Amino acid sequence: MRGVRWLKLKYMAFRDFWSIYRSNKLGVVGLIIIVFFIIMAIFAPYIATHDPNKTNPAKYLLPPSEEHWFGTNEVGQDLFSRNIYGARISLLVGFLAAGVAVFIGVFVGLISGYFGGWIDEVLMRITDFFLVMPALVLMIVIAALLGPSLINVILVIGALSWSGTARIVRSMTLTIKEWPFIEAAKASGAGHFKILFKHIFPNVMPVVYANAALTISNAIFSQAALVFLGVGNVSDISWGSILHYAFSSGALGTGKWWYFVPPGIFILLLIYGFILVGYSLEEILNPRLRHR
Amino acid sequence: MRYSSYVLKRVAISLVTILIIISFNFFLFRILPGDPVRLLFRNPNLTKEQIDALNRKFGLDKPLYEQFLIYVFNSLRGEFGLSFFYRKSVFDILVPRLINSIVLILPATVIAILLGMLFGVLAAWRRGDRVDVSILAVSMGLYSIPTFWLGGMFILLSIYYLHLPIGGMVTHGITHQDIFSYLEDLFSHLILPLVTLTLVLYGQFTIIMRNSLIDVLTEDYIQAALAKGLSVSRLLRKHALPNAMLPMISIIAINLGLVVGGAVLTETVFNWPGVGRLIYDAILRRDYPILQGAFYIIAVSVVLANLIADILYGFLDPRVRY
Repeated sequence: MRGVRWLKLKYMAFRDFWSIYRSNKLGVVGLIIIVFFIIMAIFAPYIATHDPNKTNPAKYLLPPSEEHWFGTNEVGQDLFSRNIYGARISLLVGFLAAGVAVFIGVFVGLISGYFGGWIDEVLMRITDFFLVMPALVLMIVIAALLGPSLINVILVIGALSWSGTARIVRSMTLTIKEWPFIEAAKASGAGHFKILFKHIFPNVMPVVYANAALTISNAIFSQAALVFLGVGNVSDISWGSILHYAFSSGALGTGKWWYFVPPGIFILLLIYGFILVGYSLEEILNPRLRHR
Repeated sequence: MRYSSYVLKRVAISLVTILIIISFNFFLFRILPGDPVRLLFRNPNLTKEQIDALNRKFGLDKPLYEQFLIYVFNSLRGEFGLSFFYRKSVFDILVPRLINSIVLILPATVIAILLGMLFGVLAAWRRGDRVDVSILAVSMGLYSIPTFWLGGMFILLSIYYLHLPIGGMVTHGITHQDIFSYLEDLFSHLILPLVTLTLVLYGQFTIIMRNSLIDVLTEDYIQAALAKGLSVSRLLRKHALPNAMLPMISIIAINLGLVVGGAVLTETVFNWPGVGRLIYDAILRRDYPILQGAFYIIAVSVVLANLIADILYGFLDPRVRY
């Protein structure tokens, strides 16, 4: 019975939230874009018209045609199929790297805000360091030293993208820990661990969701940029690697637009989707930004 | 707190940050696989004398803590050894590159901030209506564009229609008659990278300005001023903008890291001979001393810019000194 009631409560909370979210036009557009790309990633083998890895030296750098919708690259691979498969890596890196970043950020923010004192001082100095540092340059240097692999890129992006989340969670924690029910929990003998993760954590989460959407969009951009510069794994099929080869093979400089334009539009759309969702969540959850 | 002690505290924090950067660099380039410091010696292009000089400079035969102290002093002096590729001092390579980068970054940032303020104010004032939504949608769109892709699009545009130079800083192989023809050549090469970087930064600054102005516009004193019958333009100019500008200073300083990231990608695409393009070439050539020096010089520049912003902020708004 308890489980059913819990589900019902969750469902009602979700329905209430959805009815507010639905009225936010930009947010709905963002959600549609994201769902579009998730479907594209899952069903890539059925959407793709060719084997994305099959090379054909006789058909290099062909412009778009009925046979090859997005043309072919310098080794004769079908670019439409490669672009469809490319959605997988971007989404994977986006979600996983942002997961790492949000995990670190929430943890640091909670500890820092709750305990205060020298712990707070030390953690916030470190956070400020990462907030101020040019993240992309740092990522380039570390990824170049670690060597190119998908997991390295995910870890590097995750490990360098948590500072914004940590700042927000910390300031939320500072407010929430003064609320009466925390006092009550303390009085009834709850330990630090229980208060932090059972009472404060759930109240911080809504803001984290809004922030996570922006973190995902940053991770997608960073991955594409790293691969474009040649410090990620350029042999995976991703939008970044298509752009990398379009640039480094000289196809861009000689005006092969069909090679360069589509992956960029896909990256742009996907990032735009996450930014719209993040922005709408912030507008809904932050009362100051709500309508006057 | 008095202003002088506030400034002193900021300077101390910046020094600590620079020390963290140096330690970070030290451990990064020693602990990670490949040990790039040892790689310095595997460079086949080095002569016996150069290897001895390197040994002395980095004190590689000494214990780790001594190596670290030597490294800190070397970093503070800008000494990062020799580039694998150029076989010249990293510092001598970096300085002209840094100047080239500033030629691109400074005008792009200033123009982007000015445009961002203009449209940010407009959006905040027309909050929620069509003007606001379209400014916001465009800004977020520009903010979402991958910098390197936008640059590539301008290259394609230039190949087919604009016919502007798409790479380098000046035309190779010609000698300029006078300073004006040199500047003209430079400017024609600057246009595309400048427009690319400006557009990417514009989106970000507009959103920041809009949100910080909206924060101010919901304050009670704005409502009071409106109720007293103050005109809209006067209200914006005298009451809202000055208060919204303050947080802008520190937010712009914090976001300098993003400006630098954008510049690295823009320089790479347009082959602009700045620090960013140098990093790209260093990755391709596995030129670790250059990578190390470039990261250090970028990080220190960002810290110093933040220091200046903090000092300025403390001067304009005495409240933050406490």
